[in-house]
Amino acid sequence: MSLDKSYKNIPGTIIFDAEMSRLGYHLNQFCMSLMKGDNRNRFKLDERAYLDQWDMTEEQKLGVMARDYNRLIATGGNIYFLAKIFSSDGLSFQFAAASMTGMSQPDYAEMMLHGGRSPKSNMYEGEL
Amino acid sequence: MAKITAGVATSHVPAIGAAIDNGKTTEPYWQPLFAGYDFAKQWIKQKKPDVVILVYNDHASAFDMNIIPTFALGCAPSFAPADEGWGPRPVPTVVGYPELAAHIAQSVIQQDFDLTIVNKMDVDHGLTVPLSLMFGQPDSWPCKVIPLAVNVVMYPAPSGKRCYALGKAIRNAVDSFDEDVNVQIWGTGGMSHQLQGPRAGLINKEFDNNFLDHIINAAEKLAEMSHFDYMNQAGSEGVELVMWLIMRGALNDTVNVKKRFYHVPASNTAVGHLVLEND
Repeated sequence: MSLDKSYKNIPGTIIFDAEMSRLGYHLNQFCMSLMKGDNRNRFKLDERAYLDQWDMTEEQKLGVMARDYNRLIATGGNIYFLAKIFSSDGLSFQFAAASMTGMSQPDYAEMMLHGGRSPKSNMYEGEL
Repeated sequence: MAKITAGVATSHVPAIGAAIDNGKTTEPYWQPLFAGYDFAKQWIKQKKPDVVILVYNDHASAFDMNIIPTFALGCAPSFAPADEGWGPRPVPTVVGYPELAAHIAQSVIQQDFDLTIVNKMDVDHGLTVPLSLMFGQPDSWPCKVIPLAVNVVMYPAPSGKRCYALGKAIRNAVDSFDEDVNVQIWGTGGMSHQLQGPRAGLINKEFDNNFLDHIINAAEKLAEMSHFDYMNQAGSEGVELVMWLIMRGALNDTVNVKKRFYHVPASNTAVGHLVLEND
Protein backbone atom coordinates (compact mmCIF):
# COMPACT_ATOMS: atom_id res chain seq x y z
CA MET A 1 0.00 0.00 0.00
CA SER A 2 1.33 3.45 -0.83
CA LEU A 3 1.72 6.24 1.69
CA ASP A 4 -1.30 8.41 2.46
CA LYS A 5 -0.46 11.88 1.13
CA SER A 6 -3.97 13.29 1.25
CA TYR A 7 -2.47 16.55 2.53
CA LYS A 8 -1.49 17.28 -1.07
CA ASN A 9 -5.15 18.28 -1.55
CA ILE A 10 -4.93 21.19 0.89
CA PRO A 11 -5.23 24.40 -1.17
CA GLY A 12 -2.32 26.84 -1.33
CA THR A 13 -0.14 24.60 0.80
CA ILE A 14 2.90 22.37 0.34
CA ILE A 15 3.54 20.16 3.34
CA PHE A 16 7.22 19.74 4.17
CA ASP A 17 7.25 15.97 4.36
CA ALA A 18 10.10 13.47 4.36
CA GLU A 19 10.21 13.55 0.55
CA MET A 20 10.46 17.36 0.40
CA SER A 21 13.03 17.20 3.18
CA ARG A 22 15.15 14.93 0.99
CA LEU A 23 14.83 17.24 -2.04
CA GLY A 24 15.59 20.32 0.02
CA TYR A 25 18.43 19.04 2.17
CA HIS A 26 21.21 21.16 0.63
CA LEU A 27 18.95 24.21 0.23
CA ASN A 28 17.97 24.09 3.89
CA GLN A 29 21.52 23.50 5.05
CA PHE A 30 22.61 26.52 2.97
CA CYS A 31 19.95 28.51 4.85
CA MET A 32 21.33 27.29 8.18
CA SER A 33 24.78 28.54 7.21
CA LEU A 34 23.39 32.09 7.25
CA MET A 35 23.09 31.86 11.04
CA LYS A 36 26.78 32.84 11.12
CA GLY A 37 27.73 36.45 10.49
CA ASP A 38 30.80 35.58 8.40
CA ASN A 39 28.71 33.47 6.07
CA ARG A 40 26.04 36.18 5.79
CA ASN A 41 28.73 38.64 4.72
CA ARG A 42 30.16 36.28 2.12
CA PHE A 43 26.66 35.58 0.80
CA LYS A 44 25.82 39.26 0.53
CA LEU A 45 29.11 40.05 -1.18
CA ASP A 46 28.47 37.60 -4.03
CA GLU A 47 25.30 35.56 -3.76
CA ARG A 48 25.95 33.46 -6.82
CA ALA A 49 29.49 32.53 -5.76
CA TYR A 50 28.30 31.60 -2.28
CA LEU A 51 25.42 29.51 -3.61
CA ASP A 52 27.74 27.70 -6.03
CA GLN A 53 29.52 26.21 -3.02
CA TRP A 54 26.37 24.26 -2.18
CA ASP A 55 25.07 21.15 -3.91
CA MET A 56 21.78 22.83 -4.77
CA THR A 57 19.80 22.66 -8.01
CA GLU A 58 19.91 25.61 -10.39
CA GLU A 59 16.19 26.11 -9.71
CA GLN A 60 16.89 26.43 -5.98
CA LYS A 61 19.78 28.86 -6.53
CA LEU A 62 17.66 31.06 -8.80
CA GLY A 63 14.82 30.89 -6.27
CA VAL A 64 17.14 32.15 -3.54
CA MET A 65 18.45 35.01 -5.66
CA ALA A 66 14.89 36.00 -6.62
CA ARG A 67 13.73 35.63 -2.97
CA ASP A 68 10.85 33.63 -4.44
CA TYR A 69 9.76 31.72 -1.36
CA ASN A 70 6.94 29.82 -3.05
CA ARG A 71 9.43 28.50 -5.58
CA LEU A 72 11.82 27.53 -2.79
CA ILE A 73 9.11 25.72 -0.86
CA ALA A 74 8.14 23.85 -4.05
CA THR A 75 11.74 22.66 -4.36
CA GLY A 76 12.09 21.39 -0.79
CA GLY A 77 12.68 24.52 1.29
CA ASN A 78 11.18 24.68 4.76
CA ILE A 79 9.85 27.99 5.99
CA TYR A 80 11.79 27.94 9.28
CA PHE A 81 15.01 27.43 7.33
CA LEU A 82 14.08 29.94 4.60
CA ALA A 83 13.55 32.40 7.45
CA LYS A 84 17.36 32.64 7.71
CA ILE A 85 17.38 34.24 4.24
CA PHE A 86 14.81 36.95 4.93
CA SER A 87 16.25 37.54 8.41
CA SER A 88 19.62 38.13 6.74
CA ASP A 89 17.82 40.66 4.53
CA GLY A 90 16.48 42.34 7.69
CA LEU A 91 12.90 41.42 6.76
CA SER A 92 10.19 40.03 9.01
CA PHE A 93 8.23 36.81 8.94
CA GLN A 94 5.16 38.84 8.13
CA PHE A 95 6.88 40.39 5.12
CA ALA A 96 7.86 36.96 3.80
CA ALA A 97 4.42 35.47 4.48
CA ALA A 98 2.76 38.38 2.67
CA SER A 99 5.12 37.96 -0.30
CA MET A 100 3.97 34.35 -0.71
CA THR A 101 0.31 35.33 -0.84
CA GLY A 102 0.78 38.00 -3.50
CA MET A 103 -0.43 40.67 -1.05
CA SER A 104 1.47 43.75 0.05
CA GLN A 105 2.66 43.64 3.64
CA PRO A 106 0.26 46.42 4.75
CA ASP A 107 -2.70 44.61 3.16
CA TYR A 108 -1.63 41.33 4.71
CA ALA A 109 -1.15 42.93 8.15
CA GLU A 110 -4.61 44.48 7.83
CA MET A 111 -6.09 41.06 7.02
CA MET A 112 -4.44 39.61 10.14
CA LEU A 113 -5.78 42.45 12.29
CA HIS A 114 -9.25 41.57 11.06
CA GLY A 115 -8.99 37.95 12.09
CA GLY A 116 -6.74 36.50 9.40
CA ARG A 117 -7.53 34.56 6.24
CA SER A 118 -10.91 32.90 6.57
CA PRO A 119 -10.94 29.11 6.43
CA LYS A 120 -14.08 29.32 4.26
CA SER A 121 -13.24 28.07 0.76
CA ASN A 122 -9.60 27.75 1.87
CA MET A 123 -9.87 24.16 3.10
CA TYR A 124 -10.10 20.90 1.21
CA GLU A 125 -13.64 19.68 1.65
CA GLY A 126 -13.73 16.82 -0.84
CA GLU A 127 -13.52 13.09 -0.31
CA LEU A 128 -10.31 11.55 0.99
CA MET B 1 7.35 12.41 46.09
CA ALA B 2 7.43 14.50 42.95
CA LYS B 3 4.05 15.64 41.76
CA ILE B 4 2.67 17.28 38.63
CA THR B 5 0.44 20.01 40.04
CA ALA B 6 -0.56 22.03 36.99
CA GLY B 7 -0.35 22.48 33.25
CA VAL B 8 0.01 25.62 31.18
CA ALA B 9 -0.64 25.94 27.47
CA THR B 10 0.54 28.88 25.41
CA SER B 11 1.53 29.89 21.91
CA HIS B 12 5.21 30.76 21.46
CA VAL B 13 5.19 33.26 18.58
CA PRO B 14 8.66 34.88 18.16
CA ALA B 15 7.14 38.34 17.67
CA ILE B 16 5.80 38.10 21.26
CA GLY B 17 9.37 37.68 22.48
CA ALA B 18 10.50 40.63 20.37
CA ALA B 19 7.67 42.76 21.81
CA ILE B 20 8.79 41.91 25.37
CA ASP B 21 12.50 42.42 24.60
CA ASN B 22 11.87 45.78 22.93
CA GLY B 23 9.48 47.17 25.56
CA LYS B 24 6.40 47.18 23.31
CA THR B 25 4.00 45.26 25.55
CA THR B 26 1.80 48.30 26.27
CA GLU B 27 1.46 49.34 22.62
CA PRO B 28 -2.13 49.09 21.34
CA TYR B 29 -1.29 46.15 19.07
CA TRP B 30 0.19 44.09 21.91
CA GLN B 31 -1.61 45.28 25.03
CA PRO B 32 -4.69 42.99 24.67
CA LEU B 33 -2.45 39.98 24.21
CA PHE B 34 -0.30 40.62 27.27
CA ALA B 35 -3.36 41.45 29.37
CA GLY B 36 -4.45 37.86 28.72
CA TYR B 37 -1.40 36.66 30.66
CA ASP B 38 -1.84 38.91 33.73
CA PHE B 39 -3.68 36.17 35.59
CA ALA B 40 -1.04 33.54 34.89
CA LYS B 41 1.79 35.83 36.00
CA GLN B 42 0.13 36.32 39.39
CA TRP B 43 -0.95 32.69 39.64
CA ILE B 44 2.54 31.32 39.08
CA LYS B 45 3.94 33.50 41.87
CA GLN B 46 1.55 31.71 44.25
CA LYS B 47 2.05 28.25 42.76
CA LYS B 48 5.73 28.52 41.99
CA PRO B 49 6.98 25.26 40.46
CA ASP B 50 10.39 23.80 41.26
CA VAL B 51 10.66 22.63 37.69
CA VAL B 52 8.74 22.98 34.43
CA ILE B 53 8.76 20.23 31.83
CA LEU B 54 8.50 22.48 28.81
CA VAL B 55 7.17 20.89 25.62
CA TYR B 56 8.09 22.96 22.57
CA ASN B 57 9.59 22.71 19.14
CA ASP B 58 12.91 23.89 17.82
CA HIS B 59 12.76 26.12 14.72
CA ALA B 60 15.95 25.28 12.83
CA SER B 61 18.08 26.51 15.74
CA ALA B 62 19.46 23.54 17.69
CA PHE B 63 18.50 20.99 15.04
CA ASP B 64 19.18 21.43 11.35
CA MET B 65 18.40 18.91 8.62
CA ASN B 66 21.18 16.55 9.74
CA ILE B 67 19.31 15.15 12.72
CA ILE B 68 15.53 15.32 13.21
CA PRO B 69 14.55 13.68 16.50
CA THR B 70 10.83 13.14 17.09
CA PHE B 71 11.04 13.53 20.88
CA ALA B 72 14.26 15.00 22.33
CA LEU B 73 14.60 15.36 26.11
CA GLY B 74 17.05 17.97 27.39
CA CYS B 75 19.11 16.37 30.16
CA ALA B 76 21.82 19.04 30.47
CA PRO B 77 22.53 21.22 33.56
CA SER B 78 21.89 24.35 31.47
CA PHE B 79 20.66 25.50 28.07
CA ALA B 80 21.80 28.74 26.45
CA PRO B 81 19.34 30.94 24.52
CA ALA B 82 19.95 30.25 20.82
CA ASP B 83 21.22 32.81 18.35
CA GLU B 84 18.45 32.63 15.78
CA GLY B 85 20.26 34.88 13.33
CA TRP B 86 19.88 38.25 15.04
CA GLY B 87 21.71 37.45 18.29
CA PRO B 88 20.35 35.47 21.26
CA ARG B 89 17.29 36.88 23.06
CA PRO B 90 18.37 38.92 26.11
CA VAL B 91 17.00 36.35 28.54
CA PRO B 92 18.66 34.32 31.31
CA THR B 93 20.31 30.97 30.67
CA VAL B 94 17.84 28.16 31.29
CA VAL B 95 18.82 25.94 34.21
CA GLY B 96 18.04 22.26 33.74
CA TYR B 97 17.36 19.45 36.19
CA PRO B 98 19.61 16.58 35.05
CA GLU B 99 18.62 14.22 37.88
CA LEU B 100 14.91 14.38 37.14
CA ALA B 101 15.50 14.46 33.38
CA ALA B 102 17.59 11.26 33.57
CA HIS B 103 14.89 9.65 35.69
CA ILE B 104 12.20 10.61 33.16
CA ALA B 105 14.34 9.37 30.27
CA GLN B 106 14.84 5.95 31.81
CA SER B 107 11.23 5.58 32.89
CA VAL B 108 9.69 6.79 29.63
CA ILE B 109 11.95 4.69 27.40
CA GLN B 110 11.02 1.66 29.48
CA GLN B 111 7.39 2.57 28.81
CA ASP B 112 8.15 2.09 25.09
CA PHE B 113 8.79 5.72 24.07
CA ASP B 114 12.06 5.90 22.16
CA LEU B 115 13.24 9.31 23.34
CA THR B 116 16.39 10.99 22.11
CA ILE B 117 18.60 12.19 24.96
CA VAL B 118 20.17 15.61 24.42
CA ASN B 119 23.06 16.65 26.65
CA LYS B 120 23.95 19.82 24.80
CA MET B 121 21.38 22.09 23.20
CA ASP B 122 20.61 25.76 22.75
CA VAL B 123 16.95 26.70 23.17
CA ASP B 124 15.15 29.08 20.85
CA HIS B 125 12.02 31.25 21.08
CA GLY B 126 9.84 28.14 21.20
CA LEU B 127 11.06 27.62 24.76
CA THR B 128 12.01 31.10 25.93
CA VAL B 129 8.88 33.00 24.81
CA PRO B 130 6.61 30.93 27.12
CA LEU B 131 9.05 31.58 30.01
CA SER B 132 8.94 35.31 29.29
CA LEU B 133 5.13 35.31 29.10
CA MET B 134 4.83 33.57 32.47
CA PHE B 135 7.75 35.10 34.39
CA GLY B 136 8.37 38.48 32.72
CA GLN B 137 11.96 39.70 32.62
CA PRO B 138 13.76 38.40 35.73
CA ASP B 139 17.56 38.31 36.14
CA SER B 140 17.33 34.55 36.41
CA TRP B 141 14.43 32.17 35.74
CA PRO B 142 12.70 31.31 39.03
CA CYS B 143 12.61 27.55 38.40
CA LYS B 144 14.41 24.77 36.63
CA VAL B 145 13.32 23.66 33.17
CA ILE B 146 13.44 20.30 31.41
CA PRO B 147 13.07 20.95 27.67
CA LEU B 148 11.17 18.39 25.61
CA ALA B 149 11.63 19.24 21.94
CA VAL B 150 9.10 17.69 19.55
CA ASN B 151 9.54 17.50 15.78
CA VAL B 152 6.66 19.38 14.20
CA VAL B 153 8.79 20.93 11.43
CA MET B 154 9.10 17.92 9.12
CA TYR B 155 5.97 15.91 8.42
CA PRO B 156 5.02 13.63 9.99
CA ALA B 157 5.02 15.01 13.50
CA PRO B 158 4.09 12.42 16.14
CA SER B 159 0.34 11.79 16.21
CA GLY B 160 -1.91 13.43 18.76
CA LYS B 161 -2.58 10.00 20.21
CA ARG B 162 1.12 9.32 20.63
CA CYS B 163 1.66 12.71 22.26
CA TYR B 164 -1.21 12.16 24.67
CA ALA B 165 0.20 8.75 25.61
CA LEU B 166 3.67 10.26 26.09
CA GLY B 167 2.13 12.72 28.53
CA LYS B 168 0.78 9.81 30.53
CA ALA B 169 4.19 8.11 30.50
CA ILE B 170 5.82 11.32 31.75
CA ARG B 171 3.21 11.45 34.51
CA ASN B 172 4.18 7.91 35.59
CA ALA B 173 7.83 8.88 35.51
CA VAL B 174 7.37 11.97 37.68
CA ASP B 175 5.15 10.07 40.12
CA SER B 176 8.01 7.62 40.70
CA PHE B 177 10.68 10.25 41.38
CA ASP B 178 11.57 9.99 45.04
CA GLU B 179 12.00 13.65 45.99
CA ASP B 180 9.52 16.35 46.95
CA VAL B 181 9.35 18.37 43.78
CA ASN B 182 6.53 20.58 42.53
CA VAL B 183 6.40 19.92 38.78
CA GLN B 184 4.45 21.77 36.12
CA ILE B 185 4.17 20.74 32.50
CA TRP B 186 3.68 23.28 29.75
CA GLY B 187 2.51 22.61 26.21
CA THR B 188 3.38 25.31 23.69
CA GLY B 189 2.85 26.27 20.05
CA GLY B 190 -0.22 26.94 17.95
CA MET B 191 -2.92 27.88 17.67
CA SER B 192 -4.11 28.06 14.06
CA HIS B 193 -1.52 29.53 11.73
CA GLN B 194 0.07 29.05 8.35
CA LEU B 195 3.37 30.76 7.61
CA GLN B 196 3.93 29.63 4.04
CA GLY B 197 2.45 29.54 0.58
CA PRO B 198 -0.55 31.32 -0.96
CA ARG B 199 -2.75 30.30 2.03
CA ALA B 200 -0.46 32.03 4.59
CA GLY B 201 -2.37 33.95 7.23
CA LEU B 202 -5.06 31.30 7.71
CA ILE B 203 -6.77 31.62 11.08
CA ASN B 204 -9.62 29.32 12.14
CA LYS B 205 -11.30 30.63 15.29
CA GLU B 206 -13.94 27.94 15.30
CA PHE B 207 -11.32 25.19 15.15
CA ASP B 208 -9.24 26.85 17.87
CA ASN B 209 -12.13 27.30 20.27
CA ASN B 210 -13.28 23.71 19.73
CA PHE B 211 -9.73 22.61 20.43
CA LEU B 212 -9.69 24.59 23.69
CA ASP B 213 -13.03 23.04 24.71
CA HIS B 214 -11.88 19.53 23.97
CA ILE B 215 -8.41 19.66 25.44
CA ILE B 216 -10.01 20.60 28.73
CA ASN B 217 -12.90 18.13 28.77
CA ALA B 218 -12.46 15.55 26.03
CA ALA B 219 -8.73 15.19 25.46
CA GLU B 220 -8.84 11.48 24.76
CA LYS B 221 -11.21 12.06 21.84
CA LEU B 222 -9.22 15.09 20.69
CA ALA B 223 -6.11 12.91 20.62
CA GLU B 224 -7.69 10.91 17.77
CA MET B 225 -7.69 13.91 15.41
CA SER B 226 -5.59 13.27 12.29
CA HIS B 227 -2.68 15.37 11.12
CA PHE B 228 -4.70 16.09 7.98
CA ASP B 229 -7.43 17.75 10.00
CA TYR B 230 -4.94 19.95 11.87
CA MET B 231 -3.16 21.01 8.70
CA ASN B 232 -6.29 21.45 6.59
CA GLN B 233 -8.33 23.31 9.19
CA ALA B 234 -5.71 25.04 11.36
CA GLY B 235 -2.95 25.69 8.81
CA SER B 236 0.24 23.83 7.97
CA GLU B 237 1.89 25.09 11.18
CA GLY B 238 -1.26 24.53 13.26
CA VAL B 239 -0.14 20.92 13.62
CA GLU B 240 2.07 22.21 16.47
CA LEU B 241 -0.99 21.84 18.65
CA VAL B 242 -0.25 18.14 19.10
CA MET B 243 2.31 19.31 21.66
CA TRP B 244 -0.49 20.52 23.93
CA LEU B 245 -1.65 16.91 24.18
CA ILE B 246 1.61 15.88 25.89
CA MET B 247 0.87 18.46 28.58
CA ARG B 248 -2.74 17.33 28.86
CA GLY B 249 -1.85 13.63 29.04
CA ALA B 250 0.33 14.31 32.07
CA LEU B 251 -2.55 15.90 34.01
CA ASN B 252 -5.52 14.29 35.73
CA ASP B 253 -8.47 13.24 33.60
CA THR B 254 -10.45 16.04 35.24
CA VAL B 255 -8.77 19.42 35.72
CA ASN B 256 -9.69 22.82 37.13
CA VAL B 257 -9.58 25.55 34.50
CA LYS B 258 -8.02 28.61 36.14
CA LYS B 259 -7.60 30.63 32.95
CA ARG B 260 -8.65 30.40 29.31
CA PHE B 261 -7.61 33.06 26.82
CA TYR B 262 -7.75 33.43 23.04
CA HIS B 263 -6.52 36.30 20.90
CA VAL B 264 -5.97 37.07 17.19
CA PRO B 265 -3.46 38.08 15.94
CA ALA B 266 0.13 37.91 17.08
CA SER B 267 1.90 38.59 13.79
CA ASN B 268 0.69 35.62 11.66
CA THR B 269 -0.80 33.52 14.43
CA ALA B 270 -3.78 32.93 16.72
CA VAL B 271 -2.75 32.87 20.37
CA GLY B 272 -4.27 30.44 22.87
CA HIS B 273 -3.51 30.09 26.56
CA LEU B 274 -4.74 27.83 29.37
CA VAL B 275 -3.90 27.38 33.04
CA LEU B 276 -5.07 23.97 34.28
CA GLU B 277 -4.68 22.64 37.82
CA ASN B 278 -4.77 19.08 39.04
CA ASP B 279 -7.00 18.73 42.10
